[in-house]
Amino acid sequence: MPDTILVVVEQRDGKLNRVSWETIAAGQVIAAQTGWTLEAAVVGSNGSNSRSGIAAIASEVAAKKLAKVYDIESAGLEPYTPDAFVYALKDFLGKHPATLVLMPHTYQVRDFVPKLATALQTTAISDVIGVRLESGKLLFTRQMFQGKFVADVSFAGSGPCFVTFQNGSFRADAVEAGAAPAPVETVNVQIPDGVVRNKPQEVFKEAKQAVDLTQAEIIVSVGRGIKEQKNIELAKQLADALGGELAASRPICDNGWLPMDRQVGSSGQTVAPKLYLALGISGAIQHIVGMKGARSIVAVNKDSEAPIFEIADYAVVGNLFDIVPPLIEEIKKAKG
Amino acid sequence: MKILVCMKQVPQKDAPLKLNDAGTWIREDVSYEVNEPDAFALEEALRQKEKHTGEVIVLTAGPARALQVLREALAKGADRAIHLEDTAFVGLDAYNTARAIAAAIKDEKFDLIFTGLQSDDYGYAQTGVILAEILGLPHATIIMQIEKTDAGIRVKRELEAGFFQFVDLPLPAVLTIQSGINKLRYATLIGIKQAKTKPLRKVTLAEVQPAMGANLQKIEKLYVPQKSKNTEFLEGPPAEVAKKLVEKMKNELRVI
Repeated sequence: MPDTILVVVEQRDGKLNRVSWETIAAGQVIAAQTGWTLEAAVVGSNGSNSRSGIAAIASEVAAKKLAKVYDIESAGLEPYTPDAFVYALKDFLGKHPATLVLMPHTYQVRDFVPKLATALQTTAISDVIGVRLESGKLLFTRQMFQGKFVADVSFAGSGPCFVTFQNGSFRADAVEAGAAPAPVETVNVQIPDGVVRNKPQEVFKEAKQAVDLTQAEIIVSVGRGIKEQKNIELAKQLADALGGELAASRPICDNGWLPMDRQVGSSGQTVAPKLYLALGISGAIQHIVGMKGARSIVAVNKDSEAPIFEIADYAVVGNLFDIVPPLIEEIKKAKG
Repeated sequence: MKILVCMKQVPQKDAPLKLNDAGTWIREDVSYEVNEPDAFALEEALRQKEKHTGEVIVLTAGPARALQVLREALAKGADRAIHLEDTAFVGLDAYNTARAIAAAIKDEKFDLIFTGLQSDDYGYAQTGVILAEILGLPHATIIMQIEKTDAGIRVKRELEAGFFQFVDLPLPAVLTIQSGINKLRYATLIGIKQAKTKPLRKVTLAEVQPAMGANLQKIEKLYVPQKSKNTEFLEGPPAEVAKKLVEKMKNELRVI
């Protein structure tokens, strides 16, 4: 029996989280390198409480190049709680052992995967951005020190090894379709009373999102380097000169210097403008995942080792307060 | 409420970091600070104590230098501190860190345990959740608000893309705290003075080692990331750089 790689896809309210395709793509890459069997599982409920069933997701996933798809079902899995998910997946993995269990590094996965790995006395290698096989050993690449370094990490335990992949590390459109649909097996799990201790309420949005940054073609974004609230005006002038939207990294919105709906990053909006101009943004991972899809990135930062420069097309090492005023003038001139 | 806050000392945000000779870790001769979300976790614990009375205990695992984190926390109002002191704690994976913490607090009972949601060095985002599992406690992650209720607590979890969710939990529980949950306070002069007389318990590696195991994750190599992009650095006086940049925006990027 070859080893098994299991991809656990993510769904909410019966809709597949698209980032799951990236995880399947990662699984296909590892399967091709190792010759291991690739399977997938969707976890949730088909009961009347769920707005639409997970069975539909299972068959959508089964169209891809996979050996098998499991549909792990229990009424107790909706709404999501870490206790129910860990119970169901621990039960499942006890009966269907896997060498590797892959998931996207979403907030939901972050909420339960460390608990699941611990319950199985193993570990989760989190927020991985790449993987390769070297001398028979799988090496997982993950960022460290806020992206200033990367580390090749190996698994030193005895299965299963959980791996979560950072958003955008693999291409969703690289997923290979199967020659024929993979078989789907429904696995029913009973979650005993008393297992679930958390009582989650409805998911909600704080306020109406007034700004849709996802549609912006040009974004001028500010980070800690802007130093004071009154300096935001300078960035605003630059955004206006370019005809773009103003955005920010998390600390700026936490401080209340700009409203939360202008935040770019994992807890804010994910954007893909033609130009992303980053002012005084160091490029923490949580920010980068929200903007690395930009067609071009210009970064101004006084720290020449800021991780933002790793992904910038044009980089200016310097004080933004020196650069931005003449930049506004030049833009106005160019626009006539 | 008796609240434990687990805190970590990490390299300062803009400290220039260099690799050690073996290429497995950074050179340790840099400036350190408290991990940002941990500072918010401490602040939240102090606010909960002020509202409901109780005790705030701070804990860190790290070499002698990490004591600074505890000193600052005591100066801000924490009541006592626990220091798992050894250089070896720096190299632990999240599972072992959590096992060491669990062993160090085995004789204590807390209503709440806070950690920051992740650290700025390893970035595992796991220690708090693992600790909850080891202690058999319920948990909730990425917390932006905490209210005491009759049955326990109601917390506000941050989800992705601007979504939130309230979750009710019984006590005791473990919460991982998000940056920005509150506004941080500064230590007062009197607080700094008082901190010197507050109890500090030291825990050696030997005391907690029986609860630990081999690291299940091994850093084979640490290195500067290979650039995936050809970054062009624009240099010169600001006016000249501005001119070059506008020229690029116009002719290469075509956004003007």
